[in-house]
Amino acid sequence: MPETALTEAEIEKLEGICAKYAGQKGSVIAVLQELESSFGYVAEKAVNFVADKMEMPRSHFYGVATFYAQFHFKPRGRNIITACSGTACHVKGSDRLIDNMVREFGLPEGEDTSADMRFTLEKVNCVGACSIAPVIIINKEVHGKMTTDKLNKEIKKLKGGQ
Amino acid sequence: MMAMNLEIKVCMGTGGMAAGGEGVLKAFEAELKHNGLEAGFGKCSSGKVGCRGFCARDVLVDVIVDGQKTTYQYIKPEMVSRIVKEHIMEGRPVAEWEVKEDYHIFHDKQIKVVLHDCGEIDPEDIGAYIERGGYEAAKKVLSELGPADVIELVKKSGLRGRGGAGFPTGVKWEAARKSPGDVKYIICNADEGDPGAFMDRSVIEGNPHSVIEGMIIAAYSVGASNGYVYIRAEYPLAVERLRIALDAARQKNLLGKNILGSGLDFDIKVKLGAGAFVCGEETALIASIEGERGMPRAKPPFPVASGLWGKPTVINNVETLANIPCIIRKGAEWFASLGTEKSRGTKVFALTGKVKNTGLIEIPMGIPLRDIVFEIGGGIENGKKYKAVQTGGPSGGCIPEDCLDVKIDYESLMQLGAIVGSGGMIVLDEDDCMVNVARYFLNFTQSESCGKCVPCRVGTKRLLEILDRITKGEGREGDIELLEKLSQDIKLTSLCGLGQTAPNPVLSTLKYFRHEYEAHIRDRKCPAKACRALITFSISEALCKGCGACMRACPAGAITGEKKQPHKLNQALCIKCGSCFDVCKFKAVVKE
Ligand SMILES: Cc1cc2nc3c(=O)[nH]c(=O)nc-3n(C[C@H](O)[C@H](O)[C@H](O)COP(=O)(O)O)c2cc1C
Repeated sequence: MPETALTEAEIEKLEGICAKYAGQKGSVIAVLQELESSFGYVAEKAVNFVADKMEMPRSHFYGVATFYAQFHFKPRGRNIITACSGTACHVKGSDRLIDNMVREFGLPEGEDTSADMRFTLEKVNCVGACSIAPVIIINKEVHGKMTTDKLNKEIKKLKGGQ
Repeated sequence: MMAMNLEIKVCMGTGGMAAGGEGVLKAFEAELKHNGLEAGFGKCSSGKVGCRGFCARDVLVDVIVDGQKTTYQYIKPEMVSRIVKEHIMEGRPVAEWEVKEDYHIFHDKQIKVVLHDCGEIDPEDIGAYIERGGYEAAKKVLSELGPADVIELVKKSGLRGRGGAGFPTGVKWEAARKSPGDVKYIICNADEGDPGAFMDRSVIEGNPHSVIEGMIIAAYSVGASNGYVYIRAEYPLAVERLRIALDAARQKNLLGKNILGSGLDFDIKVKLGAGAFVCGEETALIASIEGERGMPRAKPPFPVASGLWGKPTVINNVETLANIPCIIRKGAEWFASLGTEKSRGTKVFALTGKVKNTGLIEIPMGIPLRDIVFEIGGGIENGKKYKAVQTGGPSGGCIPEDCLDVKIDYESLMQLGAIVGSGGMIVLDEDDCMVNVARYFLNFTQSESCGKCVPCRVGTKRLLEILDRITKGEGREGDIELLEKLSQDIKLTSLCGLGQTAPNPVLSTLKYFRHEYEAHIRDRKCPAKACRALITFSISEALCKGCGACMRACPAGAITGEKKQPHKLNQALCIKCGSCFDVCKFKAVVKE
C-alpha cells in the first residue's frame, strides 16, 4: 500500500522535531522515537522528510531504525496487546496465551496486525513484572497472573468496544 | 478520636499498580475524606510507595496508627471502607486481611541495604528521601572528602559491580580518574535486559534518588560533569519517576552548576533504550547513546580510557550506584562485614517462577540457595517438585537439586556453571523441560545477537536449530556432542559477552540434565511432558464425568460428547494447548 503524502499538519510536526534536535549529536534514535510516537510507526515518508531536512543520509536512519525492536515499519492496530515473553512468563505458559490471541484476532500467518487494523499483538522480551507472570499488557495497562479465561474476557470487551 | 498520627502506604510499583494499587489509594483518600478524618489527626498522610518486595501479595498496604504498623495483603478498593471503619475509626485492625507468619518469614533472612527505603517512601517526593538521611552521603563527600578518599573507601568496601560481571567498582573509578582528559562521563546502566529480572526497575521506581546520589558521588570521584541514565523504554513508570526525581534534585541544587557550593558541576540526562538486549553491554550502550546501531566493539580500549564520544567513561549498574550512598553513610567496614570474603554486601534478586512467594528480595551474599527457595520463597507452588533454579538469564545456568546448598556468591555459582548475573532467579519445577529451557534462551540470544561477529550470529542460530529439532522429537545421534563442541567454539571466539555466554544455558542443562536430552533424542519422549510435539492428550472414559468443562475450554473444537457421558478428544484437531488438562477436576484428561 503506497503511503499518502504528508499533510500540512504532519509537515509542521516534523519540522518541529527537526528543529528540536538540530545540531545535537547522537539524536537519531531520539528522532526516530518521536516519529514512532507521532505516527504510531516509523513512516517512510516521515523518515525521508526528516533525513533530508537534517541533511543526513536516509540510510543512516534506516540502519539505526532496523536495529532496534522498538521501531515498526507498518501502521499498527488500534488496540495494542503486548505479550511478555520473559522467562518467568514463558514457564508460566505465555505461549499458550499468545497462540490463543493469534486465533482470537485472526492474525494472518507471520503478521502481527489483524487485517481490519483492530488488533496488533506484539511480543516483548520482558516487561519486568515477573512476579505476577504471565503478564499481558492491553493498551498500556498491565494485567498480571493472566489465564486464557481472563484474557478471553478482556478480548471480548475490546471486541465489543469498537 | 484517640490516635494522633495516621499514615497509609500503598504499594505502587509496577506490580502493585497491575494489582490495582491506584484504585486502592484513591479509595483510601475518598474514605478518609468521606469520614472527615484528616482533621482528626495531628498528621495524616496517605500515599504511594515503591515496590515492597512481596509482589505476589499485592496490593500491600501499611496502615500506621501512631507508629503502630499493620500490613494488609491482597487489598482491593472495595475492602478499604472496612479497614477505615474498623481499624482507623474503631481501633480494631481487620485481622483476617493482615499478612500472616509467612510474610515475616519472607523478610526474616533478608537484609535491606539497597532496598532499605524502597516501599517505605514516596519515590516522587525528594523530601521523604531526605528525611531518611538521603543526600547526606553526597553532602559529606562534597564537603569533607577528596575524590581519592572516596575511591579508597569504595575499594575498601569491596563493592563489586552488580550488572553481571562483578568488577570491583573502586578500581573502575580509579582507572577513570587517572585517565587523562577534562571531559569525563558517568553512565548508569538501567537497560536491565535479562528476561526474568526487575531489580533495577524496582530500585528506580521505589527510590530513584539513591541512584542519583550514587551518580553524584561517582562524578565527584572521577571528575565527570555529565551523566546519563540509559534506561529501557519498556519501563515507563521508572522513566517517569526518574525524571521527577531529577527535576527535584536540580531544584535543590543537588544537580547542576556548583552543587551545594562545592564547585562540582554535574547534571544527568535520560536516554531511552529502543529495545535491543545487546545495548546492556557497555560498548554497545555507548554506541546507542551516540545514536548509532548498538553494536559492541572489541575491548581494550575499555570505556574508562575511551568511552562515550571517545572520552573516559564509567559505566555502572543501577544497583551498584544505589549501594554507594549507604557505603558512605555507614562506612566501608560496615559494608564489608556483610556477605563473604570475595563477595561483599548484599544482592537484590528477582525471585520468580514456580515458587510460592515471588517477589523482590535482598540477601547478604553467601546464604545458601536452599534458604532462598524454601524459606524466603516458601517452597515450590502447587505441591510440585523442585527441578532447578535458573540464574543469570541468557548468560547463566541452572542449579539442580543436588547443589541447593551452594552459597550465593560470584565464585561459588561460577563453579557450578551458573552466575550471579544481574539477579534474575527463576525457579523451575518438574513440569519444566530443561531442553525447552535451553531452547528458550537460545531463541532469545539468537534473535538479540547484533550480527557483528560470525560465531555469535551463525553459531547461536545453529545451536537453536539443533535444540529445535530435539524438542520436536527429531534429534539425531551425535546432536549432544555437536552442541557441546559448537558451544565451546562460540564461547571462545565471540566478540562480546553476549556471544561468549550465550551457550551457557545449553552447557549447564547438559551438565545436570543430560538424561532429558537423551530421552528426547533416543526415546522421542519429553520426561517433563512439556514439549508439544512429544505429548498427546486423551480422555479417560473411566474417569470422565461428562461435565463439559474441557469441551468449553478447548479452543480447537477437538472435544465432543453428551452431557454426563464420557467425552472424546479428536487427535487430528488437538493443538495440544493443555487447556482441557488444566480445567478437568476429575483428572480424566491424560497427558502422555
Ligand atoms: C549482552 C550483555 C548485556 C548486558 N546487560 C546489562 C544490563 O542490562 N545491565 C547492566 O547493568 N549491565 C549489563 N551488562 C554488563 C555491562 O556490560 C557492564 O559490565 C555493567 O553495566 C558495568 O556495571 P557494574 O560494574 O556496576 O556492574 C551486560 C553485558 C552484556 C555482555
